[in-house]
Amino acid sequence: MTKTPHISVQHLNVHIGNQHILKDININIPDKKVTSIIGPSGCGKTTLLKSFNRLLDNTPDVKITGKVLVDGEDIYAPDAEVTHIRKKMGLLSQRPYPLPMSIYDNVAYGPRIHGIRKKQQLDQLVEEQLKATGLWNEVKDRLNASATRLSIGQQQRLCLARGLAVGPEIILGDESTSALDPVSTSIIEDLFISLKEKYSIVLVTHILRQARRVSDYIIFVYMGKIIEFGPTEEVLLNPREELTKEYVKGYIS
Amino acid sequence: MNLRLLKDKIVAKLMLVFTLASVSLLLVIGIGLYYKSIPILHKLSWAQLLTTSIWKPLKGLFGFYPFIMGTLWVTGIAIIVALPLCLLTALYIVEYAPGRIKRILTPFVNLLSGIPPVIFGVWGVLFIIPLIQDHIAPHFVEFSTGYSVLAGGIVLAVMIFPLIVSIVSEVLRTIPQELKDASLSLGATKWETIKKVVLKKALPGIVAAIVLAISRAFGETIAVLMVCGNNAAVPHSVFDPGYPLPALIANNYGEMLSIPLYDSALMFAALLLFIIILLFNIISRVILTRLERRLAA
Amino acid sequence: MKRRKLEELFFRLLMVLATIVVAGSFFLIVGTIFIKGVHYMSWDMITKVPGGGFYIGKDGGVLNAIIGSMYVAGGATILGLLISIPVALFINIYIDGKMFLSNTLRAAFDVLFGIPSIVYGAFGFLIMIYFGIRASLLGGIIAVTLLVIPILVRTLDEVIRTVPFELRDAALSLGATRWEMAKVVLRQIRPGIFTAILLSFGRAIGDVASVLFTAGFSDNIPTSLHEPAATLPLAIFFQLGSPVEEVQGRGYASALILTIIVLVITVLSDILIKKFSKHKI
Repeated sequence: MTKTPHISVQHLNVHIGNQHILKDININIPDKKVTSIIGPSGCGKTTLLKSFNRLLDNTPDVKITGKVLVDGEDIYAPDAEVTHIRKKMGLLSQRPYPLPMSIYDNVAYGPRIHGIRKKQQLDQLVEEQLKATGLWNEVKDRLNASATRLSIGQQQRLCLARGLAVGPEIILGDESTSALDPVSTSIIEDLFISLKEKYSIVLVTHILRQARRVSDYIIFVYMGKIIEFGPTEEVLLNPREELTKEYVKGYIS
Repeated sequence: MNLRLLKDKIVAKLMLVFTLASVSLLLVIGIGLYYKSIPILHKLSWAQLLTTSIWKPLKGLFGFYPFIMGTLWVTGIAIIVALPLCLLTALYIVEYAPGRIKRILTPFVNLLSGIPPVIFGVWGVLFIIPLIQDHIAPHFVEFSTGYSVLAGGIVLAVMIFPLIVSIVSEVLRTIPQELKDASLSLGATKWETIKKVVLKKALPGIVAAIVLAISRAFGETIAVLMVCGNNAAVPHSVFDPGYPLPALIANNYGEMLSIPLYDSALMFAALLLFIIILLFNIISRVILTRLERRLAA
Repeated sequence: MKRRKLEELFFRLLMVLATIVVAGSFFLIVGTIFIKGVHYMSWDMITKVPGGGFYIGKDGGVLNAIIGSMYVAGGATILGLLISIPVALFINIYIDGKMFLSNTLRAAFDVLFGIPSIVYGAFGFLIMIYFGIRASLLGGIIAVTLLVIPILVRTLDEVIRTVPFELRDAALSLGATRWEMAKVVLRQIRPGIFTAILLSFGRAIGDVASVLFTAGFSDNIPTSLHEPAATLPLAIFFQLGSPVEEVQGRGYASALILTIIVLVITVLSDILIKKFSKHKI
């Protein structure tokens, strides 16, 4: 199906408290493609996503077993370095969370932490990423303004630029357009499509139309298990499993 | 039927009266204290009262400067000691402590707030004074009885621990996990996230906590009185004794009616305290309400 | 990278140390009082009033202060409740929909809450002079009542706010007047009222500055409102001020007594708060 899986999940089981949230997940996320995770609410989509960049670690009462290999290395190995792993992935949340600082500082935050201090370098990085997310022209004259002054759509793009600035390989999106208006939504969707040339993208979404528009592959998760995985058109229009059929029924008709 | 409605109306009127009476307490206290301070304000100007240092009631000389300084020294030391400790503690409890430890720790910080001030004073005399006299001061000065603004400051600091910890903890808890996640997912460590994101967001709340703590420390009477030396001179080092305003009022109420103008002077001191604390309280509440509103939005 | 990790480790260590200091100070204080005070504890201390010469070393105990404090705190709490319950109900129930008004009132009480007890003591003293009341149990009760009203109003207010709107609406939609509905609310929050009582009592019994000018002091248990009343905190203060070591020691024991009383009250109210909120969910 895919030549070089970027993320390879093997026998992943996640328990939160007494609940078995993810049950024996085995999946390979294709390299430099957009993969969408769909499924009804509460079935583990976000949990699966968060397990990729180990943000899941911070959930209280969580127990994670299994392997998640990124570029061949198990990120859950005992000696794995968490901040290094997270650097490889950019996360876009449901609602934009600009850091309490200026637009410039938001984008420069990541690089600064990882050691880049020279103003010239930072300037270049900031400009590059703001251009990549289509924000540059809108904010170039007010880079020092507080990021909270931007509109929600702009904020989300800022968060994307911020995430790209640390040079990740993978972009994770958790229903990242659900708080946005239709125009901003389509801007972000277009960005995803163009970014997949450089990055592997995994998106959680409950909007099937978005999944169809943006993704190359779809994973259907139900009650913590992966029910179906395949190219978008196949899963949406010609699913193999009954459960998948039920779920996408509304979309097709 | 009418009787019920009548009852309701009467009760409502009564409640209104009680409420207005209670709230007007603020005004009444202020006016009452001011009224009683008028005699001394007639004799000496505000500037004279607040900036001169001679305190000889029998001669009618009332310079409040040493007492104001005493209050500032003691409060300043208390904040310097308490703030870093409480900030770190609140951070630990909210961000790092595992559930079990959190549950055990929190009650003890709260129990501290229930201890009466006079007990703090006794503890100050039993523990802090010897500590300063025998173990700390010798490194710095030739002689100290231990009764000092340092002692007052330390005792005050412990008294305001619960206040600062509880307010800062609450503020920290309102910071959304997603914001912290945003920083973490860029590869920042937890501490970096706290340093650069959490504390920035929490700053107004921390300021409000400090302001409230200051106002609490200003007014604390008995605990400080027992350990600060009660010497009417401006302190020049932390080991000097001090004489904060509340202690002045408390120590001299006995003589206040027998010496002319003395009672007016002490009421003036009370008025000073009242005004300053009122101001600080209002400032801090304004900050906290603004914070609440911003979060709800 | 190493530097970042070291920095985090360093601050984590600092945090743990700070927490130990802050949480541990409770033990330090109670422990010191206990160690020093238990030595001088005796049955006499809590069952007898001071005999002649108590303050220079002779027999007696602090029963006068214990009872005096109870009277003052008790009287103040009762009087305070009589005023605070209507006020709390007024803020919550009788100001329909005018949020601004009730928030302003709440803010006013918050400010009153922050006023130190010495100011209440001084003001109480002024009132006493104005009405010609001498330093007595009555004077003490008046001053302490002023002190506890903001505490009671605040606590009651928070408790009333936990009552779900649906309960209030249910009563009203049966045609109840606001006062009748208020009575239902009051019954609902009975444990909360008890907590408020405990909180205010604990504060009242331990406070010095408010009773300093107003309650006077006496070696006897007051039998009428117009007699001066001894209070534990003042008793402690006076005993500590004595040059006789035995008397100082008894001061520590008195401090221990006060600490125990207050701790019991605090723990009780904590338990009640927990029980109360469990019930609500």
